[in-house]
Amino acid sequence: MSALDDNAKEIAEDAGGEEIATSSREINTKEQDNGAGGPIILFFIIGLFASLILGWVIFPKLLYSKKKQPIDFNHVLHVAEVEDGCESCHFFREDGTYSGVPKLEQCIDCHDEIQGISHDEIKFVEKYVSKGREVPWLIYSRQPDCVFFSHAAHVKAAKIDCVTCHGHIGESENLKIYEESRITGYSRDIWGKSIGGFKKNTWDRMKMDDCAECHRKNTANISRTGVKTPTNRLIGHIIDLVSPGTSVSNKGGSVQTERDACFVCHK
Amino acid sequence: MKIDRRSFLSFLIGGGAGTALSPLPWKLMDDSSIWTQMWPWTPVPEDGEASYVNSACTLCPGGCGITVRKIDDRAVKIEGMKGHPVNNGGLCILGLSGLQLLYGPTRVKTPLKRVGKRGQGSWEKISWKDAISEVAKILSDLRSTGQSHTVGCISDSDRGTVPRLFERFLTVYGSPNLMRTSSIIDSYELTLHLMQGVQASPGFDFENADFILSFGSGIIDGWGSPVRMFRANSAWRNTGGKIIQIEPRLSNTAAKSDKWIPANPGTEAALALGIAHVIIKESLYDAEFVDNYSAGFEDWKRFVLDKYGPDSVATITGIDNTTIIALARSFARASKPLAICGRGQGTTPGSLDECTTVHALNALVGNINKQGGIFAVAEPDYINWPEVEMDATAAIGMQKDRLDGAGSKKYPFSRYLLNRLPQAINSGEKYPLKALFVGDANPLYTMSDSKAVKKAFDKVPFVVSFSSYMNETAQNADLILPNHAYLERYEDIPTPPGMPKPVISLTRPVVEPQLNTKHTGDIIILLAKAMGGNIADAFAWNSYDACLKETLGNKWQVMIKKGFWSYPDFFVQTHEESFDTISGKFEFVSKETGSLKQFKPVNIEGDKTNYPLLLMPYDSIRLANGVIGNPPFVMKSVDDTVLKGNNVFIEINPKTAGEQGLREGQLAMLSTPVGKAKVKVHLFDGIMPGLVALPRGLGHTAFDDYLAGKGINFNELIGPVEDPVSGLDTAWGIRVKLAKV
Ligand code: SF4
Repeated sequence: MSALDDNAKEIAEDAGGEEIATSSREINTKEQDNGAGGPIILFFIIGLFASLILGWVIFPKLLYSKKKQPIDFNHVLHVAEVEDGCESCHFFREDGTYSGVPKLEQCIDCHDEIQGISHDEIKFVEKYVSKGREVPWLIYSRQPDCVFFSHAAHVKAAKIDCVTCHGHIGESENLKIYEESRITGYSRDIWGKSIGGFKKNTWDRMKMDDCAECHRKNTANISRTGVKTPTNRLIGHIIDLVSPGTSVSNKGGSVQTERDACFVCHK
Repeated sequence: MKIDRRSFLSFLIGGGAGTALSPLPWKLMDDSSIWTQMWPWTPVPEDGEASYVNSACTLCPGGCGITVRKIDDRAVKIEGMKGHPVNNGGLCILGLSGLQLLYGPTRVKTPLKRVGKRGQGSWEKISWKDAISEVAKILSDLRSTGQSHTVGCISDSDRGTVPRLFERFLTVYGSPNLMRTSSIIDSYELTLHLMQGVQASPGFDFENADFILSFGSGIIDGWGSPVRMFRANSAWRNTGGKIIQIEPRLSNTAAKSDKWIPANPGTEAALALGIAHVIIKESLYDAEFVDNYSAGFEDWKRFVLDKYGPDSVATITGIDNTTIIALARSFARASKPLAICGRGQGTTPGSLDECTTVHALNALVGNINKQGGIFAVAEPDYINWPEVEMDATAAIGMQKDRLDGAGSKKYPFSRYLLNRLPQAINSGEKYPLKALFVGDANPLYTMSDSKAVKKAFDKVPFVVSFSSYMNETAQNADLILPNHAYLERYEDIPTPPGMPKPVISLTRPVVEPQLNTKHTGDIIILLAKAMGGNIADAFAWNSYDACLKETLGNKWQVMIKKGFWSYPDFFVQTHEESFDTISGKFEFVSKETGSLKQFKPVNIEGDKTNYPLLLMPYDSIRLANGVIGNPPFVMKSVDDTVLKGNNVFIEINPKTAGEQGLREGQLAMLSTPVGKAKVKVHLFDGIMPGLVALPRGLGHTAFDDYLAGKGINFNELIGPVEDPVSGLDTAWGIRVKLAKV
C-alpha cells in the first residue's frame, strides 16, 4: 500500500504539479495577450497625439512672443487722405532705393499738431513728433539681413503690385499684433501664419521658396532672374561661383549687384 | 495595467512619429539657421536712406579728399573722393578705418580735468564754461606777472586756420613759442630757403617724372601724401617710369622698385655727392640751367670733384664704383629725373647736408621749376586777417627768445625746433615753460627720447590737450578740451606735403557731433573773449565756422560744392623770378651759410664697443605713427612677423643673428644708450648685416586695447641728434646691442 500510496501520491503530486504548471501557463498566455494589444498601442497613440499637439499647437505659442506696435495705425484712413496710394508714404528715393516704413519726416506735414482725439494720435504727437523721435515700428516683412531685395526691380520693372507680397494691409484699420520668433527675432509673417507653412495666397508667406515659386512661374524664360531653391541645381551654383557668368542658366546674375548664383539675392 | 519599458518605448516612438508629422523640427531647423546670423557680433548694416558727404581726411598730413557714405544719420563707409587733386578716388587703410575713430571708445567724451596724479587716469567732468575760465585765469595770471612768453603751443602743422588762430592768440597774448611737429618738410623748407631764397614747401611733380632716385623715401610706405604716392607708383608701372631705391633694408618700396641699392646706413648724402661727381666730371649736367641760373657752382664743383670720386664714395657707402657711375649716368640721361629724400615716411627731418645735396642733384639735371621736377610751393595766401594790435606786454613777450632756439644766433634759419624743447625745459637754461597747449599733436608719443620728453612735460605745471582722442599726451594733461572728431567739424586742410600745386581741401561735418566736444577754433575764440582787451579784439568772430567762412570768402561756395579749392595756373614759375637769394640765382653753396663746403656725416649716438650693431626704424603704411594710432581694422593688417601678441619683432640679417647666437622667434634684450626693450627676433635676408630694424607706430600706452601695450615705441630707444646748421633732429638710427634673455 505504501508503495501504492506512494505511487498514487507520486502521481497525485505529479498531477498536482502538472495542474499548477498548467494553470500558470494559462496565466502567462493571458498576460501575453493583454500586452500585445491595449497598452502598447495606447502609449504609441498618446505619444503621437501629445507630440502632434505640442508641435502644432503649443510650439507656435511658445515660439512666438506677441508684441503690440508702439502706436496703432489706420491704413484706410490714410489712403483716403493721400493722393498717390501706397507710394505716398512708401516711396522710392531718388537713387531708386526704397524708403520702406515711413519716417517722421513723412508724417510731420500733417501731424505737427494733434489731429483728432484718438489716444494713439495724442501719444504719437506727444511722444514722438514733438520730441523728434522716430517711432520704433515693428516691421512684419523685415527679411533677414543676408537677403538682398530690390523693390525697384519688382515694383518698377516687373510691375508687381504691393498686395502680391504684402497682402491687403492697405485696407486694414488697425495694426495687428506683431508676433516675433523668440529664436530669430523676425516676424511670424515671414514663415507665414500657418505653422505648417501652408499658404492660400501669394502674400501668406515670405520665405525663399515663395520668391522661387513666383520666379519660376513668371520668369521661366528669362534666365537672368531665375531664382533657384537651395536643393535644386546646386551644381549650377557651384559652377557659377567658381567661374561666374559661364553657366548657361545664369548669365550675368543680378543687374544691380552684378553678382551671380546665391549672391543675386544674398549678401 | 502595468507600465513597463515597452510601453515607454512605444510612447517615444509615437512621440517621434508625431513630432515628424508636426512642423516643430522643420521650423526649429529653419529658425536656428537664421539665429546663427543674428549673433550680436555679426555686423548688420543700417537700413535707411543713403547719402554721400564730401569731406577731407585729417588722419595724416596726406590731405586726401573723402566721400563718406551715410545711411540716415550714421556714417557707414569712407571712400576716396573721385576727382580730388590729391588722391582722385584712392584711400589708404587708415583713412578707410576712420569710422572706428569716430564711433570708437578712444574719443574723449567731454571736457575733463585731472583729479589724481598726472597720467594716473583719474578725471572729473567739467563744464565748458568752467574749463575755459580756468584756462583764461591761468593765462591772465601769467600775463599779469610778465610771464606771457612762458606759454607754449605744439601743433602738427602751422598752416590752415586752426594753427593760425593759435599763432594769432600767442602773438597778441605775448609768446613766441608756437612749435610745429618736425618732419622732412622742415629740412626741405630750409633747403629751399638757403638755395633758392624762398619761404616755401617742396612740390614734386611725380606724375610727370620718369626716373625717381629715392634716398630711402618710402614711396609706397607712407612718404609724402601717401595715397598720391601709391597712385604715382602705379602710374609709373604703366608709363615705364623707374624707381631706384637706396636703402639698407628691403622695404616695400625697395621690393617694388626697379633697382634696390643697399647703401651703408647714413651714407646717402655721400652717395648723392658721388653721383654729382660723375655727372659733373662727365659733363652730363644741364649746362643751360647751371650757367645761367645758378651761383656757387664752381666752388661746389671743386669740393665735389676733390673729395667724392666714385672710389672714395664706394668705400663710404659700400656700393661698388661701377654701380655709382652707372646710376649717375642713367639719372642724368633720363628725360625727367627726380631725386628725393626723407627716410621712410619722412617723419624725421634728417641732416640738412643730405637734403641740400639731394636738391643739388635736381638742380644739376635742371629739373627745378620744370614739369616732372621740383617746385617751391608757397603757402596759399587765403588767410588775410587784420593785423593784431599788440599791447606792451605782448610786444615784450614776443621779443623774448624762443625756448626751442629756432631763429636764435645758433640756428638762425630754422622756424621751429620742437626736438630741442625737452632739453630746453629740462636744463632750465633759458626760462621755464609754465603752460603748454597741445593742439592736433601727440608729442609724448611722436617725439624721440620719450623719457626726456616725459620729464620735460612733468616740469610744465599746466598742460592743456585739445585732442579728440585719449592719446598719450591727453593722458598726461591737466585739462582736456576735446575737439570734434574730423568727421564732425569744418576745417581747411592746406596743401599736403609734396604737392606741386597748392590745394585747399575742406573737412566738413559728416555727422552731428556725437559727444560733448567743441571745435578747437571755437575754444581759442572763446578763450580770447574771456581774456578781454586786445586779445578779445583780435578775435572778433562769433564762431570758428564764421571765421572760416569769412576767411575763405568766395572760395567757400566752391569748396562746399566740390570739397576743395585748387589753383590751376600755379605751374608757371620762371627761373628769373623764382630765386630770391643774395645772388638772385640758385645757390649750390648758400652764401648765407656756406654749409655745403663743410659737409660732415651725421654722428649717431653710442660707441662701437659697447653697442656693436646699428638700430634703424622702419615705417609701414599698416602702422600709423603720427598723431593717430592704428585703429583696430589697421591693427588687424599687421603681419605676425612684425607683432605677435604683445611682442614686436626686430628684423636682423641671419648672418648677424648667427654671430649674436640668436634664432628666429627668440626673445632678446635690445639696449641703446637711450633705452631698453624686450623684443623677438625675426631673421630677414633683406636687411644689411650689422643692422637691426624696428617698426615705428607700436608701443602705445593710449588708445584702445587693440593697440595699447603692443610692441615698443621706437622713440623710447632713440634720442635726437642736432644738425649743426638747422638744429633739427638728424638721427637716422642709434647704436645698439642685443643679448639673449
Ligand atoms: S593718406 Fe592720410 S589723408 Fe589720405 S586717407 Fe590715408 S590717412 Fe587720410
